Amino acid sequence: MAVNKVKNKKTVLILIVFVVAMFGFGYALVPLYNVLCNITGLNGKTSGQYAYGSNEIDKSRWVTVEFDASKNAHLPWKFYPLVRKVKLHPGEMKRIAYYAENDSGKTMTVQAIPSVTPGEMAIYLKKTECFCFDQQTLKNGEGMDMPMVFHLDPSIPKHIKRITLSYTLFDASKFKQKPSSNTGRIK
Amino acid sequence: MSELAPAITNRTFTNKMLAFIKRWLFSTNHKDIGTLYFILSGVVFFIAGMMAMLIRAELYQPGLQFVQPDFYNQMITLHGLMMIFGVVMPFFTGLANWMIPLMLGAPDMALPRLNNLSFWILPFAFLLLILSLLLPGPAPNFGWTFYAPLSTQYGPPSTDYMIFAIHLMGISSILGAINIIATILNLRTPGMRLMDMPIFCWSWLITAFLLLAVMPVLAGTVTMMLTDRHFGTSFFNPAGGGDPLLFQHLFWFFGHPEVYIIILPAFGVISQIIPTFSRKPLFGYTFMVYAIAGIAILSFLVWAHHMFVTGISLGAELFFMYVTMLIAVPTGVKVFNWVSTMWRGAMTFETPMLFAVGFVILFTIGGFSGLMLSMVPADFQYHDTYFVVAHFHYVLVPGALFSAFAAIYYWLPKWTGHMYNEVMGKWHFWLTAISVNVTFFPMHFLGLAGMPRRIPDYALQFSDFNAIASIGAFVFGAAQLLLLYNIIQTVRGKYKKATDQVWEGAKGLEWTVASPAPHHTFSTPPKFIPEQHGSK
Repeated sequence: MAVNKVKNKKTVLILIVFVVAMFGFGYALVPLYNVLCNITGLNGKTSGQYAYGSNEIDKSRWVTVEFDASKNAHLPWKFYPLVRKVKLHPGEMKRIAYYAENDSGKTMTVQAIPSVTPGEMAIYLKKTECFCFDQQTLKNGEGMDMPMVFHLDPSIPKHIKRITLSYTLFDASKFKQKPSSNTGRIK
Repeated sequence: MSELAPAITNRTFTNKMLAFIKRWLFSTNHKDIGTLYFILSGVVFFIAGMMAMLIRAELYQPGLQFVQPDFYNQMITLHGLMMIFGVVMPFFTGLANWMIPLMLGAPDMALPRLNNLSFWILPFAFLLLILSLLLPGPAPNFGWTFYAPLSTQYGPPSTDYMIFAIHLMGISSILGAINIIATILNLRTPGMRLMDMPIFCWSWLITAFLLLAVMPVLAGTVTMMLTDRHFGTSFFNPAGGGDPLLFQHLFWFFGHPEVYIIILPAFGVISQIIPTFSRKPLFGYTFMVYAIAGIAILSFLVWAHHMFVTGISLGAELFFMYVTMLIAVPTGVKVFNWVSTMWRGAMTFETPMLFAVGFVILFTIGGFSGLMLSMVPADFQYHDTYFVVAHFHYVLVPGALFSAFAAIYYWLPKWTGHMYNEVMGKWHFWLTAISVNVTFFPMHFLGLAGMPRRIPDYALQFSDFNAIASIGAFVFGAAQLLLLYNIIQTVRGKYKKATDQVWEGAKGLEWTVASPAPHHTFSTPPKFIPEQHGSK
């Protein structure tokens, strides 16, 4: 019996370490998932800021990029792209803008979250400048043109003729990171 | 004198109460704790069963008859959570407590006090879950999968009760699993190697490792929900940089192995019963062990087949589709081995065997509909329809639940010392087996025709099949009262006495002790000769 007690103690210790490690693994899956999404573009997430180099422009073909906007859960804002779509060569830089206006009656901070369809094309959409990199704070009644500069990686598959970039605007008041330097214009 | 008499009876009553509390609340005996698990599982079974009856009553006709949509949502959520965590899992844990020490020739579980703790956490977990119905505001109403953001941003206040209930269930399962592993690894009778163990012990050894691997991940996931709800984190909220889809990945990383946590002990039970009533050793014992291990390993690599329509990439869809299909191979090994065990055996069909054969046939139907669902293009059509409901009820009801019924009839004589009523058992089987098909088979057609899950109302063209399914469900529910009555009468010793071996073909150490199994067994380790115990 005494032998069993020692053996049991060892078994239990090993198993408890395993359980604690698995609890940690559950949390480790969170950053792991984000890294995986950034590398592969799973879920249609575009990655962060891209430093523009000297890209070849593939003049032989055109790709249409469509812009879409939606608001999460009755957000009392106006939010729409100023151009609905652009046609461009892979590698060619384009600057577009979304318009946002705070009609909520109070100062609010929002965050735009991008999504690309088809999802696998997210890694080919490179942004050098985007309003989605930061939170946006606007006072009541203020509106603002929010710029986004991007190009498509020339290695984007040949069969892709059209991709959609969609932004959803979320109320980020609870998750304020730093005071925004943006100033809107009163309409 | 006349004033003294009540005082004395009172004192004996107090003594009796004290003895009762000491026996059941403080018990560290594996048989007592096993019995407590069974009682809990039975109580929750009838509560969650009543919820199912309410769901089917509402769906008997199109339109809203009995309940409002929000209450309907609470019913499906609690029915699912309680049937999985409150019925199937505690039943098989109870069975492990009762049978594993007996099968291994051990005097008790390795850690008896921990065993007491892991049981007594559970009633409080389910109390919390059921209390959520009585709180102001709705009970959890987002389905048993509690997807974010339904359960985070939009979850009712009672969601926190559910979160703590899941924490408690998780702790209980983890402690139970540690105990089972320690018992199996350290307390086998001298001479019994791992590959000599009854297959039920093997199925539980592997299940326990699955529990240890995924329960902590579930605990982490609900903790993230909790901090998202109250402490300003944003694991699942895009506004703060999180991702609701991450919830689904985490949940199904737990959820798919969970499916096998439920079904592997059921496989173990069936693998004990079929050889007994075929009077032949289990065909392909070694392969059965490898098949269980294979299923367990593959179960970690298939979680995203629950997420084919979330927009995951084509490569991921193909990977998860093929790995899911691969699980059919070890599962097929098991089904063929059960059939081969029966082949040319001297078979008799007592109630446990009827449920075991019913299990093999009906579980296979559920397996095949699972294969249909594993195909990505087909899943795009089936996803979130009644086809999915039909599929998982086929693997859970005539799968896990039939196996539980078979286990009850098979070992009840050993537990109580009395045979159950065979005629009533047969009635229970046939009513259950027919009604389960009447209930769930039409759901395949409903799903293929496009009826969505989790909706209390439906289009008129679905009326007939829903009425049939509801009638089947009511018969199924009523038939379970037969089981309850049969068990109560057997426990009260109303039927004939059982022999020690109970069944003619039964082999293994548990059949060498008296019926009913004495409170303490195998205080000295028994001699183990593999050939005599049907393990080879």
